[in-house]
Formats: sequence, structure tokens, C-alpha cells
Amino acid sequence: MFSWLSLHQEMIYIVILSVFLGIEVIGRVPSVLHTPLMSGANAIHGVVIIGAIIVMGKAESNNLLALTLGFLAVILGTLNVVGGFVVTDRMLEMFKKKK
Amino acid sequence: MELNILIICYLIGSVTFIIGLKMLSHPESARRGNLIAAAGMAISILGTIFLYEEGGVKLGNYIWIFAALIIGTVLGTIAAKKVKMTAMPEMVSLFNGMGGACAALISIVEFDHLNHQIQSGGATDSGTLLIIFAGLIIGTISFAGSMIAWAKLNGRIKDFAFNGQHIMNLVIFAVIICLSAYLIISGDPAAGTLFYVVFVLSIIYGLFFVLPIGGADMPVVISLLNSFTGVAAAFGGFLYDNPVMLTGGILVGSAGTILTILMCKAMNRPLSNVLIGSFGGASSGAAS
Repeated sequence: MFSWLSLHQEMIYIVILSVFLGIEVIGRVPSVLHTPLMSGANAIHGVVIIGAIIVMGKAESNNLLALTLGFLAVILGTLNVVGGFVVTDRMLEMFKKKK
Repeated sequence: MELNILIICYLIGSVTFIIGLKMLSHPESARRGNLIAAAGMAISILGTIFLYEEGGVKLGNYIWIFAALIIGTVLGTIAAKKVKMTAMPEMVSLFNGMGGACAALISIVEFDHLNHQIQSGGATDSGTLLIIFAGLIIGTISFAGSMIAWAKLNGRIKDFAFNGQHIMNLVIFAVIICLSAYLIISGDPAAGTLFYVVFVLSIIYGLFFVLPIGGADMPVVISLLNSFTGVAAAFGGFLYDNPVMLTGGILVGSAGTILTILMCKAMNRPLSNVLIGSFGGASSGAAS
């Protein structure tokens, strides 16, 4: 456990700094933008797809579990990323028309 | 050389996520911010596919990867383009659930790997196990919860609460935590089956976590689940030592949490009120 801590020191620092960064970045968002911002953030956490791609790419051809679940995971991750960004864009497009 | 390019891809990804979020919080730059984040995401994904290597071995199964990418892109674009403006929040919830499920699936596959190692007498790394369990639990709760939120906004599911539901939820959650802690620390060979028990319990917890919450509060819940998925993605980043997953996930995790609180403030209600409000609401409704 402690060896794990020392191995991942840098990442733990990144986590701490990112937490504060996330809070600062969002800080003063007007309430009309709450939903688009949520949607945009939703698309960004689609980075999890990178993990799915790695799983898929490392799967040996005889490992059916990794192949099927990895395949499914990449599809779901892509849905999250692509769908998320497109939906956000459509929401923001609507904003412009209102003005 | 190629690895250095990948590092630059990931750097670009992380920076665009930060800039994108920043621009998304200002009305005039919001749309561009979204596109910038999307571009960063594309660079990170393409970089991973073509440049990622582990111990000098590149990724394989390109056909499968691209098939999945194409299926996801086509379905995602169609779904996002066709959805009515009024149904946007439920669409966001659905996509959020997909992300959570993706994180949970990654954990399942990685656990299966690790489990084979344990069975063949290899040493267990409790740190890695901890990450896998955390990713599984958070991702699954987010998935199950988002599905309920989606169905509620759709009108397919009505509010559903019974006496003692909150206590039951707490018990389920406690069991999940204790069971995972035991499995992580002991490295029990029976972990193979108990892992799936944790998985099923997490689904149940996710369902009952969102079920009693009123339909009008769904946007707040979706925002909360959104930050959950962010954290699950960040655990994936730990698992693969992947900086872009880590920064992207944590950013969404913290920004999503703040956004949840801001949304509650806009409705003039504390978050705790939204989450357990249904209980008080139901009983006060009965009293009046």
C-alpha cells in the first residue's frame, strides 16, 4: 500500500491540484449555463474511453471476456463522448438563436 | 519518439479540457469552448489508438476498436441530433450512464486479469485492487442511477419510495464498502465471485439512490452522477497511469460537484434536502 503511494506520488499531486482547478474554473458560471456546462462536463468525462481502447487493444485473441466487454466499453465510451459534445453544441446553438 | 508525441497529445488534451470548461462557463465563448474540448478529446483518442504502447508492445485489435468507434459515433450522433430540445437533460443522463458503464466494464476486465494472476499464485497488489473496486463501484452506481434518472425524465418510471428506504440504502452501501475493503486487504481467492456480488449490490444501490428523488430535482441528481462518472474515469487514469484520463476525470469530478451545489443554490435548496427530501416530502405530505 505504501509502495503504491510512493509510486503514484505525482498523480496524487495532480489530483489535488485538479480538484482546486475544477472548482476555480467553474466558480462564477451564470445559472442559464448550468445545463450546457453539465452536458459539456459530461462529454469530457468520456475520456474514460481511452481506458476502454487500451483494454480492447491489449486483449488477447483467446480472451473472449476482455474482447466482448472491451468492445462494448469502447461503444459506450464513444456514445458518451460523441453524443455529449453534439448535445452540448445543440444546446448552445439554441442559446445564440434566442439572442 | 512516438511516446513523446503521445505525451504531447495528452498534454494538449488536458489543457483543452481546462480551457474548454473555462470557456463553457461564459455565455459568449461557451460554444467555442465545447468545440475546443472536443478537439482535444479527438487528439487524445487518436493518439492513444496509434501511439500507445506498453512494454514496447503496441495495441492490437484495430478492426474491433474502429468498428466500436464507428458504431458509437453513428449511434451517438443520430441520438444527439434527433432528440427534442425539451428532452436534452434526459439525453445527457443517458450519455452519462454510458460513461459510467464504460468505467465499470474496464474495472471488470482488469479485475479478471488480476484474478487470473492471483489464481496462478501471483502476488496481489492491494493498491491496484483498490482502484479497480473504486472504479467499479462508482461507475456502476453512476450507470444505474443515470438510467433511473433518464427513465424518470421520460416519464417511464414514477417516484418510488417506501419507509426505511434510506436505512436500507445505507446498509447496502455499508455492505459494499466492507466487502470491498475485505477483498482488497485479504486478497481472498474467493474474490472472483464476491467481486460480482459487489457489482450487483452497486447496481441495486444506484437504483434505490435515485428512485425516491422527485422528478423536478433530476437535473441536480444528473449533475451529481456526472461528477461521479468523472471520478470513476479518474480511477481509470490511475489504473493506466494515464494523465489525460486523470485530469479530465478529476476536473469533471470537482467542477461537477461545485456545479451541483450551484444548481441547488439556484433552486434555493441545500443539496441534502434534494437527496433525502423525498423522504421528508412524503411524510410531510402524508401529515398534511
